[in-house]
Formats: sequence, C-alpha cells, structure tokens
Amino acid sequence: MILAKNYLSKYGILIALLVICIILSVATPYFFTVQNLVIVLRQVSVNGILAIGVTFVIIAGGIDLSLGSVVALTGVAAASFAHPGAYPLIVPLLMGLLTGVLAGVINGLTITLGKVAPFIVTLGMMTMTRGLALVWSDGRPVTNLSPAFNFIGGGDLLYIPVPILLFVLVIIVAYILLNYTTAGRYIYAVGGNEQAARASGIRVNAVKMFAYIICSGLAALAGIVLAARITTGQPNAGVAYELDAIAAVVIGGTSLLGGRGTVTGTVIGVLIIGVINNGLDLLNVSSYYQQIIKGVIIIGAVLIDRKNGK
Amino acid sequence: MNETYLLSVQHLSKSFPGVKALDDVHLNVEAGKVHAVMGENGAGKSTLMKILIGMIEPDSGNIYFKGERVAFHSVHDAIKAGFSMIHQELLPFPDLTVAENILMGREPVVFPGWINRKKLNMASLHLISRLGVSIKVNRKMKTLSVAETQMVEIAKAISNNAEVIIMDEPTSAISQKEVDILFGIIKDLTARGIAVIYISHKMDEVLQIADTVTVMRDGKWIATQPASGLNKEALINMIVGRPLDNIFDKKSVPPGEVLLSVKALSGDYFSDISFEVHAGEILGIAGLMGAGRTEIMRAIFGLDKIRSGFIYIKGKPVRIKSPGQAMDLGIGFISEDRKETGLVLSSTVRNNITLGALSICSNNRFIDKKKEAKIADEQIRKFNIKTPGRNQVVNYLSGGNQQKVVLAKVLLRNPEVIIFDEPTRGIDIGAKAEIYKMMTALAAAGKAIIMISSELPEVLGMSDRILVVREGKISKELKAEEATQELIMEYAMV
Ligand SMILES: Nc1ncnc2c1ncn2[C@@H]1O[C@H](COP(=O)(O)OP(=O)(O)OP(=O)(O)O)[C@@H](O)[C@H]1O
Ligand SMILES: [Mg+2]
Repeated sequence: MILAKNYLSKYGILIALLVICIILSVATPYFFTVQNLVIVLRQVSVNGILAIGVTFVIIAGGIDLSLGSVVALTGVAAASFAHPGAYPLIVPLLMGLLTGVLAGVINGLTITLGKVAPFIVTLGMMTMTRGLALVWSDGRPVTNLSPAFNFIGGGDLLYIPVPILLFVLVIIVAYILLNYTTAGRYIYAVGGNEQAARASGIRVNAVKMFAYIICSGLAALAGIVLAARITTGQPNAGVAYELDAIAAVVIGGTSLLGGRGTVTGTVIGVLIIGVINNGLDLLNVSSYYQQIIKGVIIIGAVLIDRKNGK
Repeated sequence: MNETYLLSVQHLSKSFPGVKALDDVHLNVEAGKVHAVMGENGAGKSTLMKILIGMIEPDSGNIYFKGERVAFHSVHDAIKAGFSMIHQELLPFPDLTVAENILMGREPVVFPGWINRKKLNMASLHLISRLGVSIKVNRKMKTLSVAETQMVEIAKAISNNAEVIIMDEPTSAISQKEVDILFGIIKDLTARGIAVIYISHKMDEVLQIADTVTVMRDGKWIATQPASGLNKEALINMIVGRPLDNIFDKKSVPPGEVLLSVKALSGDYFSDISFEVHAGEILGIAGLMGAGRTEIMRAIFGLDKIRSGFIYIKGKPVRIKSPGQAMDLGIGFISEDRKETGLVLSSTVRNNITLGALSICSNNRFIDKKKEAKIADEQIRKFNIKTPGRNQVVNYLSGGNQQKVVLAKVLLRNPEVIIFDEPTRGIDIGAKAEIYKMMTALAAAGKAIIMISSELPEVLGMSDRILVVREGKISKELKAEEATQELIMEYAMV
C-alpha cells in the first residue's frame, strides 16, 4: 500500500500521461501509430524547447512572460537574414540567437540590479519585443527564405525531423546542466532560499542572469525552428506561447515558488499538452470545446498529482 | 479514563517515510502544572506536540482531554478545544504587523468582516506589555529580530484563553531577562489552572520551572519523574542514556598570530568596533538581545553594508563586499537563523552540506556525484545528523538536526576564522558537548573562533577572551579568568 502510494506520487504525472494516451488510443485507433506520434513530437518541439527554458527561470524563483514575443522577434530577426543567397546559414542563426540572448540579458539585469519583480519586467519585455518584431518587419511576414534555413523546421536527419532532434538535444543538455553542474545546483539553491544561497557564497545575481539568458536563448531557438517550419518570419507568431510553456512546467511538478522542479517533469508536461491537442484534433472536437477540455485536463492532471504527492 | 489528568496521551505512534518519529508514546499532563518534555534532537518531541495541536495526525493511539477521547483534524479544532502552541520553528506572517500577528484569526471587529484597528492595536499592546517588553505593535513582523519574534509568538500563544499551552523551545532565542519574564507568566498561568507543556534542552530552566519531566529518546517514552527529585546529572543521564563528564572540555592553547582584526568598524546598528582574534583563540561575544552582535558579524562576513572602518586578515587590509569574498578569505559564518540565512529548506541534506563547497567535489563545474555523496555522508556521520539519508529534504529534519546541517556545511569549507552565532541554539545536551569539543579542537588546530552566545555558561565555559557588546558598542573586554556572570551582565545591561 505504502509502496503503491510512493510509486504513484513519484510517477503520478507519468501515469496521467499514459492514461490519456490509452484513452485516446481507444477513442481513435490512428492516435497510436508511428506516423501520428511523430507528428505529435514535431508539434510539441517548439513548446517543449520553450518549456525547458522557462523551467530554469521558475526553479530559480522567477518567471518569464516574454517568451512568446521573443519567439516572434527572433523568428523575424533570423528570417530577415535568411533570404536565398544573402548570407551563409550561420548568420541568420546567430542573429536570432543573439537577439534572444540580448532579451535575456536585459530581463536579467533589470531583475537583479534594478530589483524589479520578474513578473513586471518580463511583462514589459513581452510587449516591447512584440512591438520590435512588428517594427522590424514593418508588420509584414518576412518570406522567401533559403531552403537551408527552412530545413531546420521541415527537414529530416536520419528519418527524424530536425525540430525533434533539437528538442531532444535541448532536453539532454538541460538535464545535464541542472543535475550535474554547479550552475544547476546554484539555480535550485537561489530559488529555494536566496538569502541562504548568498550566505553560502553563491553569486546570486550571476545565477539569475544565467537562468534568464538560458530561457531567452532557448526561446530564440524555438523562434528559429518555428520560422523555419512555417517558412516565414511572422511578427504575430507565438502569441500566448509562454502560457502553454509555463503550464507544461507546472504540470511537470515544478513549484512556482522556486527551488524545486525537474526537466523530466517538464517533458512529461509538454507531452501531456501535446497529446491532448493532437487527440482532440483527431476526434474532430470543435476548437471552442477543445479549449475547455484542455483546461479541465490540465487542472485535473495537476490535481491528481498533488493529491498523490501528499 | 483516569480523571486526574487534564490531558492523557496513550500508545501514540507516528511514522514518516524512513523514520519512526513516535513509537507507543504516552504522556499524562495535570492541570495547573508544568510538564517538561526533554530528549535528544529528533527524539520526537515536536512531532508529539504537532499531533496535540492538530497539525499532523497520528498513525495510532489515543488522546484524552478532560476524560474524553479527542482527535483533532486541524489546528482550528485544537484551538477551539482549548489548546495553544508556541512553535519551535516560529511561523509569523512577515508582512503583517505585530498586532495583526498576535490576534490573527481573532481580530476584534466593528461588525463582522470589518476589523476594528484601534481595538486590535490596543488589545495586542496590552498583551505585549504584559510580557514586559517594548515592541511597537504596528511594526511589520519581518523587521523584528528572532528574539522579538519569539516574544510575539509567546504573546500570541498565551492570549487565547487556552487550557493547555504547549511551548516548544520558547527560550531558544531570548536572553535571561526575557526568560525570567516568561517564567513569571508561566507561574501566573499555572496558578489559574492552565497546564503548560514545556520543551527545552536547557537543564537549569527545566529544573527551575517544571513540576514533572518526561524524557523521550528515538521516538520512545523513556521515563516520567517529578522534577523535585531530579538534578542536572540525573537528567543528563536520562536523556543521553549515559553520564556526560565535563561538558565544557576547554583546553586553552597559546594564541598564535592575529588572523582577523577590525578597526573602528561602523554600520547601521553598531559603531566604532575594534577587536582582533588570534589563531587558537576562542573569542566570546556576550550581550543582550538586540545589542548588535549579529549585525557586526554579518557586516564582517559581507552580508550587510559597512559604513566605515577597516578589516584586516593576517594583517592585510581587505574589503569584503559579499559572503563569497569573505569565504574566499577564509571566513566562515554559522548563522543564528537557520531558516533565513542558514539553509535551503526545500533542498536535501546533501545539497545543503555541499552548497558552499561545491568546488571541492566538482571538476570544471561538473559535480562529481560520487565524491559529493561521500563527503555528505562523512559530514552526516561526523556531526551525528539524524536523518534517514543524505537525500532527505532538510525541512523534514528536527530543529536541532537542521542546526547540525548548518554546522556541517560551513565547516566543510575549512575556514580559518569561524564565526559561530548562537551555535548551540536548539541543540541537545549530548550534541552540545560534541560541538564544544569540536570548537576546542578547531582552536587547537590554529583556527580563530568568534562565538556569539546569549548563554552565559557557554560564554564562560568556552571563551579565552570575552567582548561585551552594549547598544552597538564594545563596552568591555574581559579575560577568561576574571569574567563572571555578574560582571558580564553589568557591562551588558543598559
Ligand atoms: N514531516 C516530516 N517528514 C519526515 N520526517 C519527519 C517529519 N517531521 C519530523 N520528522 C522526523 O521525525 C523525527 C522526530 O522529529 P521531531 O521534530 O519530533 O524531533 P524533536 O524531538 O522535536 O527534535 P529537536 O530537539 O531537534 O527539535 C526526526 O527524525 C525527524 O527527522
Ligand atoms: Mg523539536
């Protein structure tokens, strides 16, 4: 009994994912085919990369609401340098990533040195970057991108779609960072008790900066992947993406109070959201109802997890 | 049920994952008496009390109150039934005022839902002044020192007309003056027929105030005896299970070079502080609560700002702007406030122990998990930390064991100058003796030790030299030979 309970509390959210998968497999046989599962993975990769990034920030005790707009801005930034024959592929990639990193640096500096609440800073950054994306692109989608660039969003390597490969790579690196490096350990400490972390000789501001830069940097990667997939730098892309990312993180058991959370949890959270989206599409549920059902399942999954966690 | 007892606990058991916190415990408390509960860190005292106050539910066993079986499912139930508790780990609302904290949940109202602020402040002022301390009731809780917070919690607990008042280490953060006031109040309470359950590691206090003493060890009931028939040795024997000879086992070594000195140091709460500590020396810092002792040390360690003055390490002037720098210069600081500055409570024992010294168990910023585990286990053994394992979350350890984790963490960096701020707060008598032994050994190994303490026997027993601090200034320096409790108090008092 106790064993079962321990098991449940540790793997509760994984079990929730499996249950949802089983229900969907029964409801629509097509769900559990390799073809469809690859589609699901490809669909979740953008949200997945974002969610992993924001996991760092949330464990460090912060929040980042600017993700969705950073996706748009970095997508536009990369796309503007990705016209065929203009520059080598590395240029658009670097432009996108650097724009993201810059957003992270500004977020981090305002939060640490300016001592402004992360919620407000990143909310401001959210509208600023969105505006910047519109200004940069004149409000029009940036089209006509090179095939090499589009390959990042639509191509296959060894039969596996590139976005999925990137997502997996991000998962591995994030897992190693959080579990095996001093920086990762410090992120947990800063989120758990900033004062105690400081008294232990940790440079708290540097750790926070690191978390925000990782977060925005990964948002930039997501922005590039998305632009490449839709073969457009779309200034209106990524609206409300931060909410799906944060939802995935919380479903995965990361505490919004900071100090606790795992990459594995976030990945499961991302998959739950992805599977629900995909399943409801397959079942031809109207998009109005989809929103309601998705909300209920998200809260329900967390509810079951927390009940068992006690 | 036996009617002579106001409260009777029978066959109570409670397990946590990996720990049997209570194992068939019983406890009989009479009205109008002080019943002390003693035992080593992690013996299960707080767990027993948390069950009585309805914070946690027992696995098995019965509780009888006024002859009737009761089972509280929430603190609300317990308070309504007539229980009240001062928690070991103080639980204030930091952003509310003192008045709001004291009368939380029982605010006087103009009409339901509308708080009568004037009455709220008056009533709480009355309660606070009954304790003989002056704390403005409109101050935010977070601006209070630990000692003041403790007094507010006491005021809160005695204010709601309870019949059983549980005090879990109420004196761990206050000085003798406040202890005397508290004891006056306890006498007052018992005279009115209220039962007080009193948990403390301090023998003198228990012998002074208790009518009955119950001792627990490893979650089990060991003995219950009238306090009148006990002395210190007998108590120690019951608690530790063997006699402890000479708790202060201090051997002085000839002092070496000056490791740390400060000149004319001033900050927000202190001014013109000058002193030095030598290798091999234990420098005791005595004074009343709020005298500014902790603040001086926090400033030296880079936790607070310094206004003016100089710090020298081995004669070299240094500027310390952050704890990280202080640690690199070989200073270690064991904070008095384990929850605020000592520990990351949500993290594991291992992570806390190695937090300040990850560099010694990592290569190029990659943590060597095997080495880290080994180091953590070594520290757990060395400091005798009672935990199911290195991966236990620190929040779930008993108070005293949390304190040991702080010690293990700071000393892992092997600092040259070690500042101990109330090092034995909440620590049981056996572990106390071990910590004193450790301090002596550290001094003998050439470290310089600064020990802030409000326990005069500790100051007198351990120090080679004593500085008395009064209102942010050093009022007197005393040699160990000439120091007495009276002399220290004379210079400490305003
Ligand atoms: N919530 C919890 N989860 C897991 N273990 C717990 C929890 N609370 C207490 N324990 C464990 O139960 C045991 C008894 O703890 P308790 O706090 O009652 O000790 P104590 O006698 O009050 O010690 P101290 O003198 O240090 O305050 C300890 O081993 C502690 O680690
Ligand atoms: Mg306790």
